[in-house]
Amino acid sequence: MLHIEDLHVKVGDKEVLHDINLHIEEGETHVLLGPNGSGKTTLLMTIMGFTSYSITDGKIIFRGEDVTTLKSHERAQRGIGMLFQRPPTISGLKLGKMLTAISRNKDKDISELAKSVHMDKFLERDINKGFSGGEIKRSEVLQLMIQNPDFVMLDEPESGVDLENISLIGNAIGSLLEKEKHLINRKKSGLVITHTGFILDYIDADKGHVMCDGEIKCHGNPREILKEIKQRGYKECLECRHQ
Amino acid sequence: MSRMPSPVKNPELSRADQDRLAQVGIDLAMKNRCGSYLQMNQDVVQAECSEQGIEVLSFTKAMEKYDGLREYLWKAVSPEKDEITRYVAAQKDPQGYVIIAQKGSNNIFPIQTCLYLGREQIQHVHNIIIAEEGAELHIISGCASGAHVGKGGAHYGISEFFVKKDAKISFTMIHNWSENIEVYPRSASIVEDNGVFLSNYVCMQPVKKIQMYPTATLKGVNTVARFSSVVISTPGSYMDIGSRAILEGKGASAELITRAITKGGTIISRGHINGKTAGTRGHLECKGLILNDGIIYAIPEIEGSVVGTELSHEAAVGKLAKDEIEYLMSRGLDEDEATATIIRGFLDVKIAGLPEALQKQIDASIDEAEKAGF
Repeated sequence: MLHIEDLHVKVGDKEVLHDINLHIEEGETHVLLGPNGSGKTTLLMTIMGFTSYSITDGKIIFRGEDVTTLKSHERAQRGIGMLFQRPPTISGLKLGKMLTAISRNKDKDISELAKSVHMDKFLERDINKGFSGGEIKRSEVLQLMIQNPDFVMLDEPESGVDLENISLIGNAIGSLLEKEKHLINRKKSGLVITHTGFILDYIDADKGHVMCDGEIKCHGNPREILKEIKQRGYKECLECRHQ
Repeated sequence: MSRMPSPVKNPELSRADQDRLAQVGIDLAMKNRCGSYLQMNQDVVQAECSEQGIEVLSFTKAMEKYDGLREYLWKAVSPEKDEITRYVAAQKDPQGYVIIAQKGSNNIFPIQTCLYLGREQIQHVHNIIIAEEGAELHIISGCASGAHVGKGGAHYGISEFFVKKDAKISFTMIHNWSENIEVYPRSASIVEDNGVFLSNYVCMQPVKKIQMYPTATLKGVNTVARFSSVVISTPGSYMDIGSRAILEGKGASAELITRAITKGGTIISRGHINGKTAGTRGHLECKGLILNDGIIYAIPEIEGSVVGTELSHEAAVGKLAKDEIEYLMSRGLDEDEATATIIRGFLDVKIAGLPEALQKQIDASIDEAEKAGF
């Protein structure tokens, strides 16, 4: 579904991603691990098409189409979606109004969907204004439920979420990724950034990648990599790779 | 029992001008309106109200009918204030409307007042609006000109509001003038014990010049004034708009909110709250967006002279934030849609205590501007 080939990305004058290669097939969910500042969010923002991240070399192929030069909304319209870790606050714009705009009048019951993630009381609130960590994530998940992307990127979906809400958000994300469907029938793919690994209880992650200094340095079973990192820390984990 | 008001029979307006009136909330078919005053140039076309206890009269008729009205004349606005007030005060044949809501009356559907300028002239009006004890009065005032008024014209409007004990007036004014019209409203209100005065102003269309600084004097205890202004200034438009609240009664509070967008025109956004008594509160907020090079000059003033008045203001002028636009784009909206959605949100001011029909009318006139691409 998503193929990233030899990707180099600059922010300002500085190259921050170097020679990234990543292949995610239909129905697969991959996990992106790595220390803070290693470039994980940058990769997601680049795939989404944010203009501060300029691709200097390489390609992003989505379902066989080269989307490297497409604008963000064109990528969204083709089925790429993202859950933001820290989305901006938009003063005055009500969450409900935004949901109506992104639903494009498709026959979606916004208030029902909002109820399912306990956000029905937030539809008349300015987007993200004064939202708690968990509320931001629920709002993001709700937006994705309406957008219904085929390729879902999740930037630390569990950060700032209390234990009570983690299963709510986890299950909602699971259903965005069609985890209730059998592997063979699963069409949705995902790329998830996580530090804690809590989210792995709700999604079947197929592969894990470790990022460091703007490069993907290690691949493997996500739970095993995470276990390794938890026991030994990133430093040793990455050293192991370099030996 | 109230009877249905009659539709306006012969407004002698082109289809295009009727549409312009509809944009400012004037409904010639009189659906969802309980009364109407329509003045074209200096001619009174209609003055009636079907709501029991509420009268809508032309200035001339009202003066004939009620001797006591003279007591209200020039009581809130001084005739010596400036050249505009002096001009109107000197008129031998004054025109305008008088609306009187008797004690305890209440209109669910608003009264519409329409001042239409279709000729090269100065249109002058003197309006008096009185809500007697416990009355609740809602008015929508749509002011418009013909799309092309030759070499231009001007509108001088005096409005004096009297909110008696426990009464409430909401006055929603929507303007749709044109590039060669100058507009000088001179409004003031006097609010007595527990009275509430709401003033909403919307101008999304070009105007040569508008200059106004309506003032609410909160004389009584626990009085409330809320002013909201939502304006867009296009190239060639000069808008000097403000609002002022004078807090005299104990427990008086005021809120002054402005959303200003320039697409190349000038907006001077003034505001002044004067806290004269302990136990008073006021907040002033002006947010401006510069979409094209133009001027937004915010002058918020707060003035307190006693211990126990609490006043605050915030003002901000800026541009659309790229991260907000891109956030919406990542949800599938193109850049223009994302921009319009954010601007629409920016202009979305909900006014506490305003009937739903009027809030909808305000929303509709902003939506109209959104459709035209702001």
